[in-house]
Amino acid sequence: MPSNRPMVKFQSTASEVRRTSEAISLKKRARPGEALVQAFLFFCGAFSILTTVGIVYELGKESLLFFTSPEVNLWQFMTGTVWQPQAGKFGILPLVSATLMTSGFAMLIAVPLGLASAIYLSEYATPRFRNTIKPILEILAGIPTVVYGYFALTFMTPLLRMIFGNEVVGIYNTASAGIVMGILILPLISSMSEDALSAVPRSLREAAYGLGATKFEVAIKVVLPAAVSGIAAAFLIGISRAIGETMIVAIAAGAGPAFTLNPFQAAETMTGHIVRISGGDLSYNSIDYNSLFAIGLLLFVMTLAINLISQQVVRRFRKSYGSS
Amino acid sequence: MNTHLSPVFQVNFPSRYRSGRLARWVFQFSTLLGIALLALLMFTILDGLMGYAAMTDKVSRESLAVDHVPLEALSSAQLLGILQANLSSNAYQTLDNQQTLAELSRSRLYTLVVDRVVKPRVDETWSLTESLFKRDEIFTRVAQQYPDAHLEWKFWLNPKFLASAASSDPLQAGVRSALLGSLWTILITILFAFPVGVGAAIYLEEYAADNALNRVLKTNITNLAGVPSIIYGMLGLAIFVRALQSITSGALFGAADPAGATGRTVLSAGLTLALLVLPLIIINAQEAIRTVPDSLRQASLGLGATKWQTIWHHVLPNAISGILTGAILAISRAIGETAPLVVVGAATFLNFDPNGPFSRFSTLPIQIYQWTSRAQGEFRNLAAAAILLLLVMLLSLNASAILLRNRFRSKI
Repeated sequence: MPSNRPMVKFQSTASEVRRTSEAISLKKRARPGEALVQAFLFFCGAFSILTTVGIVYELGKESLLFFTSPEVNLWQFMTGTVWQPQAGKFGILPLVSATLMTSGFAMLIAVPLGLASAIYLSEYATPRFRNTIKPILEILAGIPTVVYGYFALTFMTPLLRMIFGNEVVGIYNTASAGIVMGILILPLISSMSEDALSAVPRSLREAAYGLGATKFEVAIKVVLPAAVSGIAAAFLIGISRAIGETMIVAIAAGAGPAFTLNPFQAAETMTGHIVRISGGDLSYNSIDYNSLFAIGLLLFVMTLAINLISQQVVRRFRKSYGSS
Repeated sequence: MNTHLSPVFQVNFPSRYRSGRLARWVFQFSTLLGIALLALLMFTILDGLMGYAAMTDKVSRESLAVDHVPLEALSSAQLLGILQANLSSNAYQTLDNQQTLAELSRSRLYTLVVDRVVKPRVDETWSLTESLFKRDEIFTRVAQQYPDAHLEWKFWLNPKFLASAASSDPLQAGVRSALLGSLWTILITILFAFPVGVGAAIYLEEYAADNALNRVLKTNITNLAGVPSIIYGMLGLAIFVRALQSITSGALFGAADPAGATGRTVLSAGLTLALLVLPLIIINAQEAIRTVPDSLRQASLGLGATKWQTIWHHVLPNAISGILTGAILAISRAIGETAPLVVVGAATFLNFDPNGPFSRFSTLPIQIYQWTSRAQGEFRNLAAAAILLLLVMLLSLNASAILLRNRFRSKI
């Protein structure tokens, strides 16, 4: 902390010193203005609580309406393999399986590539190379997901169809959406893992070199295990991003829930379903409307659980390496 | 090498170094693959941006030629005559009322004649690579499939595209209403999220004592930053669009007819995005405020300034560029968001400009989504053009954030 550097600015405070000959009262003066400002700032801070309460309340309320309606049965919701609101069939499994499939493909792409590039950037790359690459990866991370959706539909799907044949691969399929989602998550995993690797103390590396380890052995057998909790947290955040990702799957994975494990067939994910149904003319107080909030609640709980686990992992990581 | 080492080590050395070299190659390849993918993404967009388009005219251009002078070379008066002759008197009058036709320049008149009389229709479009490398195939295909069509090299991101509203005709469609919708929405987002976000950051960094309530506040903000954006869309749908309909539709202020009022307005969208970016703004502003040295605060307080005077006159001026950098990054995230706005109820087809907070809206990413989802290839070209526009906007925002950050670094 640069705490003892000279002060930069002095503004009006001097003018506010009162020059009076009276005895100065040491009593705490009431300052309504200050209190008002503090109250406003507290309100701003508490606003985020309101947001959370709003999310939980609305998702909970509409989901409750959904689950208490006579057409729905919680057991069938959790185990049913058909989602057809028109036919009164509300089985969440097709939506969940599609979500897990696209996320799985995304992680299959993003984890090895992200981890490898993180190791390269942290252990091998020259500072100059690193400083050029990192902003580029940041750009990749800042591109709106609808653009990735376009990329999936106009590049990845035709590529897959060219490789595996038009009869095998559908125009809309989970594989294409998943792979492009992996590209979307790649920079996130790469930069979070790189932070974790760079935070490993230099002394560990030097000790390993001193014992005669090669650079590769230092990276894989010493630095990587030492940073494993930070890397695990990066993976978890990546999964949570993939589950909640919407536009890529809405554009490229297909419309219409389908319970299939074939990656080359169309299947609708939880997020994709919410977007498609709410994008149409939806009447409030219908079971369709309520069902969206039930899906939303499940999505919220899943991502929140993963995020909380990753925070726990990071906390443990901080304890073991502190400020070094 | 190292002859004094035991033979076991000497045997191991080559293979250890070999696997090291191999791994290094794999790591480097993975990193470069990331870059290659970014390049591929950009290339895919540019690929859709221009190329050949086969178009068939409803009224052939040859039939409009006057005295063997082709349509392109006709004078203003002749073009005006064509308009008068081919349009119904009613349509001609409406056009004349919008803009006095006689005063228009020759090129504007020519565009009008093409749009209203010739009425070209797109049969098929080709990407840039196809147009460059399969030129002969395209020419033979057009000759066989569309005998009346002519081929035209089309650049899809053109001034007309920027100036036109949405349309079901790809040649007439543009992004003006979507662009204005984006600007209106972002304006509402900034007006709401910036003060509240910075206020929250000030509270958490300067006022909050380390007690249970404030710890809950901090954890809560971290968790909100990880909530999928579509959940915010559902919150916006339930709260802003439905529960607060009388406010967001403007009916309460007499801005809309209560009977046909809908909460699916710019205001709802802007507020939804504001909730979405609020955690980001708070977290970034907190970091900026944390970098202001404590000595500044202590000096100010020591001279008798109140807490708020210290914050307003000393902490904020020193943190402002950091706060702005974070806010710009958060705003660029909001500009690119699509899913929550679809849920909140962006209009799928909007052919008028949003003119205020209570107007129905579409935004640039929504327009891209609409065009990408359509089966016809020519809409993909439009999507590519809109994507390029969006990326240019985002890149310039990010560049300004980086400039601000550099200024910030050199100051403290």
